[in-house]
Amino acid sequence: MKAAFDVIVVGGGHAGCEAAAAAARAGARTALVTHRFVTIGEMSCNPAIGGLGKGHLVREVDALDGVMGRVADAAGIQFRLLNRSKGPAVRGPRAQADRKLYRLAMQQAMMEQENLEIIEAAAEGLILKDGLIAGIVTEDGRNISGLAVVLTTGTFLNGLIHLGEKKIPAGRVGEPPSHGFSRQLASLGLRLGRLKTGTPARLDGKTIAWDQLEEQKGDDPPVPFSFLTWQITTPQISCFITHTSDRTHRIIADNIGRSPLYSGQISGVGPRYCPSIEDKIHRFADKSSHQIFLEPEGLDDDSVYPNGISTSLPEEVQDAFIRTIAGLENVRIIRPGYAIEYDHVDPTELDHALAVKKQPGLFLAGQINGTTGYEEAAAQGLLAGLNAARLAAGQPAAQFDRTESYLGVMVDDLVTRGVSEPYRMFTSRAEFRLMLRADNADQRLTAKGMALGLVGAGRHAAFAARMADLDHARDLLSRLNLTSAAAAKAGLKVNQDGQRRSAFQLLAMPDVNFSDLTRIWPELSALPDFAREAMEADALYSGYADRQKEEIAHFRRDDAVTLPPDLDYAAIPGLSMELRQKLSRVKPATIGQATRIDGMTPAGVTCLLLALRKPKGRSAA
Amino acid sequence: MNPGKTIFALSSGSGRAGIAVFRLSGPASAAALAALVGALPEPRRFSQRRLVASDGGLLDQAVVVWLPGPGTATGEDMAEFHIHGGPALIARLLRELSAMAGLRLAEPGEFTRRAFDNERLDLLEVEGLSDLLAAESEAQRHLAMRQFSGEVSGQIERWRGGLFESVSLVEAAIDFAEEDDVAGRAFGQARAAARTLLDELTDALAGSERAEAVRRGLRVVIAGAPNVGKSSLLNALVERDAAIVSPVPGTTRDIIEASLMIAGIPVSLADTAGLRDAAADAIEAEGMVRTARAISDADILVWVEAVDQPEEHPAAWTPDLVVLNKADLMPRDSIRISNDQEGTALLRVSAKSGSGLDALRAWLGKEVSRRLDGVEHAVVVRERHRIAVSESIRFLNDALQRREDALEIMAEDMRNAARALASLTGRMDVEEVLGRIFADFCIGK
Repeated sequence: MKAAFDVIVVGGGHAGCEAAAAAARAGARTALVTHRFVTIGEMSCNPAIGGLGKGHLVREVDALDGVMGRVADAAGIQFRLLNRSKGPAVRGPRAQADRKLYRLAMQQAMMEQENLEIIEAAAEGLILKDGLIAGIVTEDGRNISGLAVVLTTGTFLNGLIHLGEKKIPAGRVGEPPSHGFSRQLASLGLRLGRLKTGTPARLDGKTIAWDQLEEQKGDDPPVPFSFLTWQITTPQISCFITHTSDRTHRIIADNIGRSPLYSGQISGVGPRYCPSIEDKIHRFADKSSHQIFLEPEGLDDDSVYPNGISTSLPEEVQDAFIRTIAGLENVRIIRPGYAIEYDHVDPTELDHALAVKKQPGLFLAGQINGTTGYEEAAAQGLLAGLNAARLAAGQPAAQFDRTESYLGVMVDDLVTRGVSEPYRMFTSRAEFRLMLRADNADQRLTAKGMALGLVGAGRHAAFAARMADLDHARDLLSRLNLTSAAAAKAGLKVNQDGQRRSAFQLLAMPDVNFSDLTRIWPELSALPDFAREAMEADALYSGYADRQKEEIAHFRRDDAVTLPPDLDYAAIPGLSMELRQKLSRVKPATIGQATRIDGMTPAGVTCLLLALRKPKGRSAA
Repeated sequence: MNPGKTIFALSSGSGRAGIAVFRLSGPASAAALAALVGALPEPRRFSQRRLVASDGGLLDQAVVVWLPGPGTATGEDMAEFHIHGGPALIARLLRELSAMAGLRLAEPGEFTRRAFDNERLDLLEVEGLSDLLAAESEAQRHLAMRQFSGEVSGQIERWRGGLFESVSLVEAAIDFAEEDDVAGRAFGQARAAARTLLDELTDALAGSERAEAVRRGLRVVIAGAPNVGKSSLLNALVERDAAIVSPVPGTTRDIIEASLMIAGIPVSLADTAGLRDAAADAIEAEGMVRTARAISDADILVWVEAVDQPEEHPAAWTPDLVVLNKADLMPRDSIRISNDQEGTALLRVSAKSGSGLDALRAWLGKEVSRRLDGVEHAVVVRERHRIAVSESIRFLNDALQRREDALEIMAEDMRNAARALASLTGRMDVEEVLGRIFADFCIGK
């Protein structure tokens, strides 16, 4: 019997939408199964997309023709390029989004996507036939047949909300959790873990004394996420900054025993970089004040997200401490903050395609893999959806490695090292950071996306035009040149060594900027801004490019040596017990991945190489 | 697929072996060999050649082999140097090689790795090698243990901590730019931490040069008054007439040196002009000046007296051993001991009859072993440290040149500095850097 779908995506969050869209773009007949259509694209936590490291991921998703960048551009109400004062490699685009506009734009993108059918249902379990994925079953008893399934269940697996002493089983406020999948995943032999995250109260903006607060304006003009967006047309607003006070800290300290984090009620591990306010006050008792960003959740929405005071304290304590904060003295709380615990799958159960190694046909993306953040979820969703489609079509899995993308860094980190807390992207995780910039995500990935059939005609054309501009700029800057004497005459500080230097070489010098060059060669001023910026960035890091290229070659060499999945690590002589256990758990796909396992030694790698070689060696004659 | 760089390593064990073997593998092997020995020897033949340093000085008479690839252990061009196994020579050759363009010290297991990459290892060889490799990893484990326990490890851990501190601060300023309490102070703190580290590394490098001077080899200096039989003692120890012996006081005018294997290590034994208040002539006076200098440079000072002519050593010097020579002249119990200084060993010897010489040799063997204890493995390790530390210093200097708008480049320099030390301290783990950030700063969202 022919399956109704090639790919079934369970969940309509950031991972699910991107997975469904990617699978459909790749040509798979795709179903997106979600509780309710109207919650597609919901931003459950803060109303913002992008940031440091995260902005890189959004650009990469966009370079592969994903939806997040364009949706965020349509919904963004305050854009800021973070780290603008630092180098281009670490600048991260970020935007506050209007939550409703975001939902609507995402829903529209899903509706307009060819090959994609949206099914409103509560998925309850997988259907397995002869050990293979055959589809899913819904709570109301429907069977939906499919060749591959992508699970993007977010915080819904055994989700449990903590609000003071109250415990409420839920995947999100007001939405029931899922128990079936957790049981089923465990019965497949997958290791599950428990993580925790939290969200602050939502405030009524009409009751905030805005005029007492420090205003933070967005960039003008705003820098969009998508390479296809030329201009942001949504009206732009400001955010505001306030701080906790001594009184805030006293109230929280007095009631800390009532926080489920401290009463022992929560067992899951939370992220260190997104601590609750009770955590901050407990761990950094010497700090008398913490910064809070007040982020409006929409243009015609009075709800405000107070970024920095996520909490699971009882409602009356939240009410009391929030009112001690400047500008919030008379605030009305629309909805209290809470903590949520949920099951996740140990991501070392996955391969680099985000496929479950123990269950062919099953893919996982987003918080189920132990990550946090919309952008991390979206990037994984894209990869999982793409590979589900490729599996259904009988094509080999597509992979992204650490040398080409943050997506590759994230996936490799997850499947190699696992997680001990919710995983968030940082630029410092990318060892090839200077090469992997947000501004060159299309140069890095769009051609690959085209080869994978992920990129539509519209982007194809735009990409070709951009590349032509960049090629022209590169060509021009390498062709134009002058002698050291001529450079000095033009006012540039150059060693008088009689050498000719190209415009690009000049640009790489610390005291030379692009306007110096346009003064010398007026034709350069005709280059489009993005090409000029790209040349500046390339020139800035050119001194490091060779070294990083050498490292990339080394990295690729190690990653070209594959390890068989059935390698018996217990039988390899010379490996320590600890390494044997770790290797057996992770089952690295390549020598390169093995070297990145926590605790790996050069001697251990040598043992692996030898073990690998044994079966292939010449017979002992 | 050619990895490009030529690697070298001390392939034999270090320390007291009579012979040390250096292996080179890679395209620059021939050039490196030629640079040290002149014309390339006939391939695959052991040839004795003079090893000449880059400054023109003779290093050693060595046996060298030129092994053009691909029919070699690694599949690449290779060369081997079989030199005398003295720590000074080993350290010097390491320095000579690491200063050559296109050469770098091999990573642990890298020869095997290259052999592997070039399909030079088959099943038989692999099985045969597995014991060898087990030994290698055992040595690495041993090395790691030393790094975690000894004096060296304490220093490296401190550097590592310093580097961590600097990198975490910079990374915090980049990845947590939005945090009110992080970005602002991080740059200044990072620079301060990097500068402190740079100073420490620079000091350590200077210190390691001094340590190397000690390690150049042990000098045993024989000193004493004229005509107490110093030269006879030297001749007896080296079992040949290295020094002219006569009953005339002041026969030895210059320093006479002879080499001797003691406890498996070459030791230079120096006979000196006898010290007395008035020199007979200008030549003897100059000889005495040289004696004083040799005594100052001595690792082990042996003060010789004659039983019939007890002469206490000058107070400025503390001998490690006092030898009472000409023990044959007097019955054992009538020998007067002039030197009762505590902690100084005392031996009765007759260079003439040979009595007591075995005890003297045994004492020297024990003393040399004691001096070299720990240095045995440290030579290579410390030479590796020296190279790694120099590179680290270079990158830290680069990092300190960066302005605040180039934090990511500063971070890259520091990561490179860390990488330079990585072969000593293990991989710089980004999770550790993040952990450090979270431990030191209050990071909110």
